[in-house]
Amino acid sequence: MHEYSIVQSLYDAVMANAGGRGAGTVQEVRVRIGELSGVDVGLLDTAWRTFRVRTPCEAADMFVEVVPASWECPACRCAAPRTGIRRCRTCGGPLHLAQGDEILLDQIVMEVP
Amino acid sequence: MCDSCGCGDTQLVPLEVQQRILSDNDRTAAHNRHHFSERALLAINVMGSPGAGKTAILEATATALEGRRLIGALAGDLATENDANRLKAAGIRATSITTGSACHLDAGMVHHALHHGPWSDLDYLFIENVGNLVCPAVYDLGQAANVVVLAVTEGEDKPLKYPVMFRKADLVLISKVDLLPHLPDISIDRIVASLQQVMPEPDYIAVSARTGQGITQWVRWLNEQEARVAPAHYTDTTGRAHV
Repeated sequence: MHEYSIVQSLYDAVMANAGGRGAGTVQEVRVRIGELSGVDVGLLDTAWRTFRVRTPCEAADMFVEVVPASWECPACRCAAPRTGIRRCRTCGGPLHLAQGDEILLDQIVMEVP
Repeated sequence: MCDSCGCGDTQLVPLEVQQRILSDNDRTAAHNRHHFSERALLAINVMGSPGAGKTAILEATATALEGRRLIGALAGDLATENDANRLKAAGIRATSITTGSACHLDAGMVHHALHHGPWSDLDYLFIENVGNLVCPAVYDLGQAANVVVLAVTEGEDKPLKYPVMFRKADLVLISKVDLLPHLPDISIDRIVASLQQVMPEPDYIAVSARTGQGITQWVRWLNEQEARVAPAHYTDTTGRAHV
C-alpha cells in the first residue's frame, strides 16, 4: 500500500507548485500513471480522497491518465508485442520499455485571486 | 483579481507541472548514490517476498567474503530487529530500519540510517528491503544494483504475477534450490522461462544458503559489480574521466 506514500509526495508537489503561484485552493489534479509503474490507480484515488480532506485540495478531484506499456527494440526501432519473451523478434536484442512506468504530476488547476 | 473587469472574483488557472511525483525521493536517492560513489562502496538493494531467504543468503555471503571484503547491511522490517541481529551474528555490520507500517524502504530512510552508524569504510552495503514483491520496486534508494531473491517454493510463475519487481532486477537469485528434489512440479527452466517474459536481459544464479550451491558464483557477480562504483566513474574538474 505504497499509494498513501505516493499521495503524500503528490500533495507536497501540488502545494509547492500552487503555493509558488499564490493559489488559494486547488480544483483539479491531473496525473499520469504507467501500467508497469507499480501503482494501483484505484488505491491511489482512494488515498487522494482520504488525504485531501481539510486541505486546500479538498475540492480537487484527481484525474488519472493510465499509460499502457509499450516495448521497442532500441537497435531496430521496431515496436514489440506486449507479451512474450522480452527480446526483439528481428535482431534478438533486449527490448526497452518505451513507455508505461510513469508516475507523473501533469497539471493542476488552481484558483487564484 | 479578474483581469477583464476588476470585479474581485477569483480565476481558475491551469498550471503545467510535468514532474515526477517521487522527485523528492529521487533527489535523496541521488544524494545517497553520490556518497556511495565517493567512497567506492557497492550498495545493493536486496528485495523479495517475506521468507524468500534474503537474510540467509546474506549470512552465507558474509561467510564467503570473510577477510576479503568488509560488508554492512541495513535490514528493513515492519517490526523486530531479528534480521539485523542474525546479520550481526554472521559478522555483518548491520543496522535495523524498523518501518512500523511502511511496506517498503525509501531513500530518506536509508539516508537517515546511514547517519547512525559508521559505513564509509565498507566495501559492500546490502540494503535488505522489506519482504514484499510490490512496493519496494517503486523507490530508488541510491543503490548500484537491484537483486531479487525468488525461492523455488514460491512457484515458477511469480515473475509473471509481479512483473514490475522482476523487470527492475539486475540479478535474480533463485534460492532454496536444495529443496528441488522435494518439489517435482518446479524446475529452474520453468522459472527462467517466466523471467524471460518480463526481463529483457534475465540474469540469474541458482543458490542454496544451506548447501552453499551458487554462493561462489554470486560472490563473483558482486566482485564484477565493483566496476560500477570504481573511481573510473568520476570525472575531474576538467570533465575528464579518471581511469
